[in-house]
Amino acid sequence: MESFLNRYRNITVLLLVIFAQLVLLAVQVKNDQDVRFIRVWTVTAVSPLARLVEGMRGSSISFVHNYITLHDADAQNRRLQAEVDRLKLDNIFLTNELNTADRAKALQLFQQHTPSKTLAASVFSMGIGSSRKVVYVDRGSASGVMREMAVVIPDGIVGKVTAVYLTSSEVLLITDPMFAAGVVSGKTHAHGTLKGTGTPLCKVDFVAFEDKVEPGDWFYTSGDDRIFPRGLPVGVVKSVRPAQPYKEITLDPSGMSRGLEDVLIVVEGVHQEIPDTPPANQPVYLAPAPPPLAPPPGSVNSGVTGAADGSAAPAPAHAAPGTEADKARALYRNAADGAGIVLGGGATGMERTDRPPDFTKLPVDPRTAVPGRGTAAPAAVPIPAPKKGTGAPVETKGTGPVELKPPPDEVRRANQAAGGPGGLPRP
Amino acid sequence: MTYSGGRMLLSSQREGQVSRFNVWVTILVPLLALLFQIYVPLFFRFLSFLEMPLLVVVYLGLMRRNPVSGLLVGAAVGLAQDSWSKNPLGMFGITKTLVGYFAASIGMKLDVDNVLMRFLLAFFFYVFHQAFYWVMERALLSQLSPFDLPGWLGLGVLNALVGAALFHFLDKLRVTA
Repeated sequence: MESFLNRYRNITVLLLVIFAQLVLLAVQVKNDQDVRFIRVWTVTAVSPLARLVEGMRGSSISFVHNYITLHDADAQNRRLQAEVDRLKLDNIFLTNELNTADRAKALQLFQQHTPSKTLAASVFSMGIGSSRKVVYVDRGSASGVMREMAVVIPDGIVGKVTAVYLTSSEVLLITDPMFAAGVVSGKTHAHGTLKGTGTPLCKVDFVAFEDKVEPGDWFYTSGDDRIFPRGLPVGVVKSVRPAQPYKEITLDPSGMSRGLEDVLIVVEGVHQEIPDTPPANQPVYLAPAPPPLAPPPGSVNSGVTGAADGSAAPAPAHAAPGTEADKARALYRNAADGAGIVLGGGATGMERTDRPPDFTKLPVDPRTAVPGRGTAAPAAVPIPAPKKGTGAPVETKGTGPVELKPPPDEVRRANQAAGGPGGLPRP
Repeated sequence: MTYSGGRMLLSSQREGQVSRFNVWVTILVPLLALLFQIYVPLFFRFLSFLEMPLLVVVYLGLMRRNPVSGLLVGAAVGLAQDSWSKNPLGMFGITKTLVGYFAASIGMKLDVDNVLMRFLLAFFFYVFHQAFYWVMERALLSQLSPFDLPGWLGLGVLNALVGAALFHFLDKLRVTA
């Protein structure tokens, strides 16, 4: 060091003297912002060093926090994973509720525009320990249900009532080998008999060899069996094999393709024309909630969508439309809306800000209470009201075709088209 | 080596003879130069172009051939000149420090007893002094002084002429070995 200074003594002294005078100048001179140069130069010289030191300090702390205390992150990760799992379950449950409500809504729309009188019912059980394809619905003789009544859904026929009890009925599904119904081809009007096979597919017997039936053709009820009114969709032809004397036709029943949860019992069938074109994938338009209307004076809250004489009666404003699922859906949606959460969105199905909606504080209403998570709510639409003086229930009467508009919510439409996980498995 | 030979470069540092001055000379001469710079232009305004402190610094640096000594003399004279001017301390100080250093450094390589060399060096250092001062004015004081190179060259010639005469007079004050 000493030799270095001796060797460069002159230039070292020069730099020192120049530096000293520069400092002297910087103390006196100010820049445009009225800040002395000594301050500007000092800050400029020190700032990078300070930034470097601060960066090293921050990196060290970050290293300690991120790597040495990783056990906190692991615990937090597990906690968050558990929360995500819980939210996924909640989302599935709420999606099921929405799908149930959508199906109920579709049922109600079909009920309104079909000319037949129908009674809504919910499937609450399947036949156990039997090879027969039967289900049980929560409508019985007390609701006016009788044997051999047709059971349908908007997509097609489901079965027929084979046994009636006081508050429930047994429905023989069209997939049961013992089931038979008269059907007719929509394109060629070829008559035949629908029979179950014990499998998800059905067959159509007694279609003459010369009748022209092709895969993709639709079959409708013919009304010959005096059970199903004419014109209800049955299913689409899956395969046709020429045989003597009748064709061997395999049919994919349209009413069984999405599982069973809510059905309609045809208490008074009205025949319709056989449509020339196959039924389209009927979209369900879920209209916004109707504005509150004052009930007509003297009206009875029967919960029936149609009066007995067929005239349309407006639903009371305070009664939630549709089934119990509708009411449960409205409850959950109101609770979610109140918390500012959009159901059905986000990675877990819920777009939220800070906390999930508190579904434990839903208003308890005996008419709107949900019996349990994931269980099919018993259909209560329409709520039968006793006729004046007789106590007999009033069946549903359609009010004519209603205009079906495109669904506003593609997600819900897709859920509905997929059948949804909330329905009973396909028998 | 003889001056009549016309050589301006020294073949070795040993050929350069270090001039020595009495202490009172190294103090009094710069002081007189400063006083001249301050008072003479008050009475003879046409002499304001003379940069007597600069010429003294150049002379002392050239003749003593010691860079440290040259820069210290330059710094002292410059700071003293700053103290009598309206400029912040250090403007002339830094400039004359560099002039003293470079003059001493060049004095070790050149024959500074040559009149023509003295004239050229005085001229060069005057222009360097003015140019560097102009740079510092712009950089540190944000003063937009004009870059008057022709004026500097002209005044440089005048100062070099005066410097050559001054250096000849100052040679009389050298201590002979």
